[in-house]
Amino acid sequence: MESWSVGVLEPWSPRITPPLQHSITPVLRMTAAFAIIAGLVVVSAIAAMSLRNLVHCALCLVGAFGGLAALYLQLDAQFVGLAQILVYIGAVAILIVFAILLTRGSEPSQQPSVTSTWWMGVAIAVLTFGSLAAMVLSSFVVLSSAKPKADVAADVAIKNIGTKLMTEYVLPLEVIAVLLTAAMIGAVIIAMKEARK
Amino acid sequence: MDILDQIFVSLKHWAVSWFPGFAQPFASILLTIVPIILVFAGLFAVTTVLERKGLGRIQNRYGPNRVGPFGFLQFAADGIKALTKEDIVPRAADKVVHFLAPIALVVPVFLSYSVLPFGRNMVPIDIDGGVLFFFAVGAATELAVFMAGWSSRNKYSLFGAMRAIAQMVSYELPLILSSITAIMIVGSLSTVKIVEAQADYTGWLANWHVFTPWGFAGFIIFMIAATAESNRSPFDLPEGESEIIAGYYIEYSGFKFALFFLAEYLGMFAVSALGITLFLGGWTAPFSFLTWVPSWAWFAMKLLTLIFVFIWIRGTLPRLRMDQLMNFAWKFMLPMALINIVVAGVWRFMPPGPVRWLSCAAMIAVPYVLLGRGLTGKERLTKRIYQYAE
Repeated sequence: MESWSVGVLEPWSPRITPPLQHSITPVLRMTAAFAIIAGLVVVSAIAAMSLRNLVHCALCLVGAFGGLAALYLQLDAQFVGLAQILVYIGAVAILIVFAILLTRGSEPSQQPSVTSTWWMGVAIAVLTFGSLAAMVLSSFVVLSSAKPKADVAADVAIKNIGTKLMTEYVLPLEVIAVLLTAAMIGAVIIAMKEARK
Repeated sequence: MDILDQIFVSLKHWAVSWFPGFAQPFASILLTIVPIILVFAGLFAVTTVLERKGLGRIQNRYGPNRVGPFGFLQFAADGIKALTKEDIVPRAADKVVHFLAPIALVVPVFLSYSVLPFGRNMVPIDIDGGVLFFFAVGAATELAVFMAGWSSRNKYSLFGAMRAIAQMVSYELPLILSSITAIMIVGSLSTVKIVEAQADYTGWLANWHVFTPWGFAGFIIFMIAATAESNRSPFDLPEGESEIIAGYYIEYSGFKFALFFLAEYLGMFAVSALGITLFLGGWTAPFSFLTWVPSWAWFAMKLLTLIFVFIWIRGTLPRLRMDQLMNFAWKFMLPMALINIVVAGVWRFMPPGPVRWLSCAAMIAVPYVLLGRGLTGKERLTKRIYQYAE
């Protein structure tokens, strides 16, 4: 069947060769794409920490979120990537900029951007990175590297995630649902007008 | 008839085959993206003229009638004017963010076209999570609105941005919840699969989702939320010209203003196209004896009909107040969308027949009436009498 999709070029005529992706080795392609995206994430994250204007920081943080989403998408984790955009760029970033606007002026503050307790932040960052790296290196995905990429992509297909959430992980899902409902009711109670006495 | 139906697909494959082997993937991408941009930018140009003509007709005046035959070349004059105007940036504005905001708005809007099926085999990328992709890039536009409103350093533009974001966040919920019904019944997030699920016929009538109780309610909720999402009248508070002049793009002139205008209309087309895909059967024909009409022609006809409805509503309804807007979203649209999800579940598991039809319709109609009665409270809507006009 002929299709209009980009990248899905069926060799219906002898003039068409297979798409470009096959001519470059996957490892090299992965590295180039990863380098660009990782560079974007790191630069935006550093900018988010060091810029003086809080709104600029928030916008740079959005760049980091977007880079992470691109990273997930590039790894064929469609659901996580798209949910990252929907939740973090669509909701969390909006929440952050609203919080900045409603609580203080958007003028840059005069305080120095490096506080005296900077070594604590560095220590926490190193600890977090170390524990995450240990987790990743000891995970079964790395250890059983014989698994082909197509199988992993099928594992994280949206349908499989939905089925798992509704069967195996239904209790955690419901617990989170109750937690979110409680948080929402709390927000409504805080925002409610106090009853006249 | 198959040739006419697949003419654009065959044309593209034919054109791609002329390129040397290494360039073919790029040619394929280019030949998919450029026609989409050209067609929908052209549709935007035509719609601006048609809208002004239509509003003129509704308001009993002429509308544009000077440039070209019946004023139909007005968009060319407007475009040249926008291109040649001076680009004014306020001195206090945040220059970088001010410059980036229109780009950050237009790019996601164009991205959302990449998952819409415009005809049989005519979808730019058929991904597993097509609908999710659409909503994800749609959510990114809110930030662009904030960037525009904040970077202008103008109180009115900041007000406009706050209104726009509050409205978009509120109406995104009913928009997504109402489309969940179609996703539930089809069992897939892929836009192509959703259209294919509506492609067969019962007798001579198509199996479109809109012909079921939950589909009808979902379609109405979806289109109301879509009107609010694209900031169109009666939900055009963010640019309420009598209150806050022009909202978040007040400090934009020339071509940047044209980009905001373009993004607004293209967003409206995209969300209408998603509504067509989810509820109106995408590119399928409404009756089995009309399947000889090419699929892309059906899509175009449905899109133009929805655009006409948008113009009609804009000419008919007055603008809402902010509290009415929020009450409507949270107290009426959201409960109705949630009830509709339950109804879609019931529809899925009941045996087909008139009993299913009637019980599902009742499950929507009763809450609709009760919610409406409850929200109006003791107020009763009567004929308004103008004190000095009578």
